Amino acid sequence: MKLFSILLLFTCLLFSVKVAAQDDLLTLAEADSAGTAYTAATFKATRIINGHSIETIPRQELLFLISHRFGTLNSGAYNFFGLDQATIRLALEYGLTNRLSIGTGRSSLQKTYDGYLKYKLLRQKEGSWMQPVTVTAFVSTAIQTLKFADPERDNFFSSRLAYTYQLLIARKFNPRLSLQVSPTVVHRNLVATVRDQNNVYALGVGSRYKITKRTSINAEYFYLLPGATADDNINSLSLGVDIETGGHVFQLHITNSQGMIEKFFIPQTQGKWSRGDIYFGFNISRVFDFNKD
Amino acid sequence: MKTIPFILFIFFTLTFYSGQAQNLYFTRTGNISFFSEEVIENIEAHNKQVSSFLNVNTGELVFSVPMKAFEFKKSLMQEHFNENYIESDKYPKSSFKGRIDNIKTVNLQQDSIYKVKVNGLLTIHGITQPVNAEGTLEVKEGKIAAKSIFYVKPEDYAIEIPLLVRDHIAKNIQVTVNMNYEPYLANTAK
Repeated sequence: MKLFSILLLFTCLLFSVKVAAQDDLLTLAEADSAGTAYTAATFKATRIINGHSIETIPRQELLFLISHRFGTLNSGAYNFFGLDQATIRLALEYGLTNRLSIGTGRSSLQKTYDGYLKYKLLRQKEGSWMQPVTVTAFVSTAIQTLKFADPERDNFFSSRLAYTYQLLIARKFNPRLSLQVSPTVVHRNLVATVRDQNNVYALGVGSRYKITKRTSINAEYFYLLPGATADDNINSLSLGVDIETGGHVFQLHITNSQGMIEKFFIPQTQGKWSRGDIYFGFNISRVFDFNKD
Repeated sequence: MKTIPFILFIFFTLTFYSGQAQNLYFTRTGNISFFSEEVIENIEAHNKQVSSFLNVNTGELVFSVPMKAFEFKKSLMQEHFNENYIESDKYPKSSFKGRIDNIKTVNLQQDSIYKVKVNGLLTIHGITQPVNAEGTLEVKEGKIAAKSIFYVKPEDYAIEIPLLVRDHIAKNIQVTVNMNYEPYLANTAK
């Protein structure tokens, strides 16, 4: 009896599918073209503001990135509200594969070179085989090349190095809103005082909200986990706007961090928003395509 | 004694099902590509995930095109296509629903290439426009290959092109359709 009802139900289903097909072939075709696709453009750029986004550079594309941070707004009219001073970082990023990027840059702040690797471990995907988030692993090395303060004592090259490890986890909730969480470890081989931590742990959160097709507002915050570094420094908070024009992305922002690489803006932010230690800055990126086929 | 009407019912249903489906041809790996020659660089994209049905009795023809499946050579172009022009999050699929006017001239028993005229409604970016196109149906060993080339105007489908690049994107974009149909039932049954 049970078997009978199941069979009957099945037959009815078969029948109804057939009827639907006759009524509207298009419905049938639409059901067939599931079109599962990876989520694209979770963020417009490889940075949310200061920190990296989950985005990697597509294969055989080169990105030239110019970043600027001016002086603080509270430095007054005499310094033209910070515009008299500037720190700059120039960088090149290249897509070895669609998931693996390599990059290098040089910051004027403490004459620092940096190199990084970024790999997309998981890609957000809708449809039959769903993947709710994109996960990108990020590792970077920074080399500070200022002349040693005291050439008389034993100086080691290794003391110039700092490393950053991040797991970037993001989800594009809808075409407008994307959120990212970035657990971070920054390791510094040498720190200024005994009190300073060599390993600094932080949790970053970032988001973007598209206001038009080509512009979005972004926010980013790095929370330092309790410790000496957290006591002596300020959590980095940045707000910005992304404007996209073809192959360029312009990112304008205000932030309490002066440095543009992780070892600066995560454990060494000194600026206080409440005091007006706010740096105006921008990132401009331009993409070049070397894809020949 | 409920079994007898039940068996009859199944028998009737299955007969009906297979009988009707013989008219239907389909593919879910159809190709649609578009091309436009531009001043700076040509715009070209290919989609290999188009599903389509053709009813050879009535001439009824439908296409469903997942827009995110269009592949461009440049990933940035693909991103802009999806994000800024087609808005594929909002309008994930384009579709065509129409008819081959002269389907009666096509003889499925005879392998040959038949010229056909198609008209119907094309929906892109949420906007539906009437479309007329000419194409060919090639009948070969019980399968049907359909080909057609026609032109669409982005402005007809309210696809906004910024002033800055308006001169670089053609008023008319060439669309090439390439389908290899197989009998419907044989294919779903594998």
